[in-house]
Amino acid sequence: MDAILFFLFAAIAVVSAINVVVQRHPISSALSLVGVMGSLAVLYLLLGAEFIAAAQMIVYAGAIMVLFVFVIMLLNAGAEKSPRKGWILTAVAMPLLVLFLGMVSYIIQRGFPNAPLVVFGQFTGGSPKDVGMALFTRYLLPFEITSVLILIAIIGAVVLARKEME
Amino acid sequence: MPEGYLPIFVFMVVALLFPVVAIVAAKLVRPSSPFATKLEAYECGIKAASSSRGRYTVRFYIVAILFVIFDVETIFLYPWAVRYQSLGWFGVAEVTVFLVILVVGYVWAYKKGALQWV
Amino acid sequence: MNVDLISILGNFYVLTLIKLGLVAGVLLTALAYLQWIERKVIAHIQLRVGPTRVGPHGLLQPLADTIKLLTKEDLMPSHVNKFFYVLAPMVAVFFALSAIAVIPFGPKINVFGIETYMQLSDLNIGILFLLALSGMGVYGIALAGWSSNNKYSLIGGLRSSAQMISYELPMALAIASPLLLAGSLSLREIAESQAGFMLGFIPRWSIFQMPAPQLMAFVLFMIAGFAETNRIPFDLPEAENELVAGFHTEYSSMKFASFFMAEYANMVTICCLATLLFLGGWYPIVPSPVADYIPTLVHLAGGGMLIFHGLQPARKWDKYTMPVFGVAFLAVGLLFLVPFLQPILLPLFWFISKVGILLFLFIWVRATLPRFRYDQLMHFAWAFMFPVSVVHLFVTAFLVALLK
Repeated sequence: MDAILFFLFAAIAVVSAINVVVQRHPISSALSLVGVMGSLAVLYLLLGAEFIAAAQMIVYAGAIMVLFVFVIMLLNAGAEKSPRKGWILTAVAMPLLVLFLGMVSYIIQRGFPNAPLVVFGQFTGGSPKDVGMALFTRYLLPFEITSVLILIAIIGAVVLARKEME
Repeated sequence: MPEGYLPIFVFMVVALLFPVVAIVAAKLVRPSSPFATKLEAYECGIKAASSSRGRYTVRFYIVAILFVIFDVETIFLYPWAVRYQSLGWFGVAEVTVFLVILVVGYVWAYKKGALQWV
Repeated sequence: MNVDLISILGNFYVLTLIKLGLVAGVLLTALAYLQWIERKVIAHIQLRVGPTRVGPHGLLQPLADTIKLLTKEDLMPSHVNKFFYVLAPMVAVFFALSAIAVIPFGPKINVFGIETYMQLSDLNIGILFLLALSGMGVYGIALAGWSSNNKYSLIGGLRSSAQMISYELPMALAIASPLLLAGSLSLREIAESQAGFMLGFIPRWSIFQMPAPQLMAFVLFMIAGFAETNRIPFDLPEAENELVAGFHTEYSSMKFASFFMAEYANMVTICCLATLLFLGGWYPIVPSPVADYIPTLVHLAGGGMLIFHGLQPARKWDKYTMPVFGVAFLAVGLLFLVPFLQPILLPLFWFISKVGILLFLFIWVRATLPRFRYDQLMHFAWAFMFPVSVVHLFVTAFLVALLK
């Protein structure tokens, strides 16, 4: 069951990700990205990380992507023009793409030579309680530093927007 | 997958099918006699002078970006709230530090007028 | 044979399918009748009678509305972005309906030896699931406004989504403070943490629970709930006098109905959530022996009143319809006394009454209050609701740490 769902949602994630790049209209791209976020949340869930899955949906799909959609709506960003591309370009780009993917997989292979296989249902520390325990005892410093990061983000956002308004 | 999600998924599939079926069913039984005037944008009656695709105020953008920022803060408070009773005063101290830094940011943004609509 | 049937029904998948059918059926009927109830209540508040033509007291009005909306011409204006225009109402309904999946309606029950919870499924992250769905609900409205390619729609969609995200923050913070008392994100556990009574008679609901009564959080949550569902006094996206109908200006037929359905479904979810978080879920307001007879008394009183009105008919058909409803009420009231049904019906009665009272509040407010101005609305969210809910959360944390 888990394996079927994994392949289904992994496929949705990959197809949506490709769609983000392929679509001409920014709204279509943004919504495909929401699809990627949603299927990633399901993948987290399959691995047992419930809280991360929910956070993924709330923060990425529910907040950051809303911001994207908002900006597209506000700026009236239209569909992009398709660039003229000949077959030569495609012929050169395809091998490069294959080369790039090969390189990335090689690096991952070398970087984690003894990575254990993922087993569904093995990880059980993903509930909100476990996350809370880890976050507020062992990882307290990163948590507190996050607030500074958020503060910087507030200042950055307000400064940028103020410039726009004046 | 953790326990309990399967019924939710099935229910979500039903919830997805319901509007699809309703809208398709409506398509099958409804009459359809469109003509040019009927299909125009709903306006005051005179032909629309400009496209609706204009640019709108930056306020909406500020609201959205502040929402993203504070939403991240809020989501951090949930694991804390769940674990609160076993953390005790230590938990209070942790979140006080976290919130004070953010309240400073909020007050600053408020003073700058970023939260003012007009 | 009989044993086989029970073991089949007790099977997890079969049981889930039965529950799923029940939940979906009851929810959809309830949504249809909520519209009727709203029209009736508002009419009576404004000294009108509301729908009376279709069926006795207009009781078949939802059916007539459904048929009407289903067979109306469905205009697709020539300037819309077709794909997203059709997608938007589906998105809105999908996220609104999905929310009911995690709501528990009662405790564990035992039917013919099958033990099950009166809930489709309980999640460890129930609350976060609902928050995620309510966050996703923004897409339906934003897309509808944008794809309609109409100035009214676009402004309505923008306003609505900005309003929904602004009020989502105080709502999330208001939810967090009863969690300090309950210590769980599972909706069932939150409700169960409110069982029992303090000093023998004060229910341990979150709004009363010592050491930190959550009355303020409840008020904040309800205000945010009104804004999240785009209801009066926060129905700026549909402000008729400035925006025609806001984001659904260009929608007709079933697509238009979908948005309404999503709004009502969101309303039901908010009321269920408020009941579970603050009003003690399915636990009664008074201790047990008295509480067990309240549903019967309420129904008997209602039935008696209906029969009494039937004897002095105000309208032509009242002398036939009122006694029939009255007898039905009396029968339901007596059902609460059957010992076999009591463990199922009593929690359901308390849960549904609390949700019903909150839904009535939604309707009552709609009939009473005028609309906010948009700048006031946003200012209220950011300059009042947000700081107050942060302070409230902090005070709750302090009290809990001090007194526990």
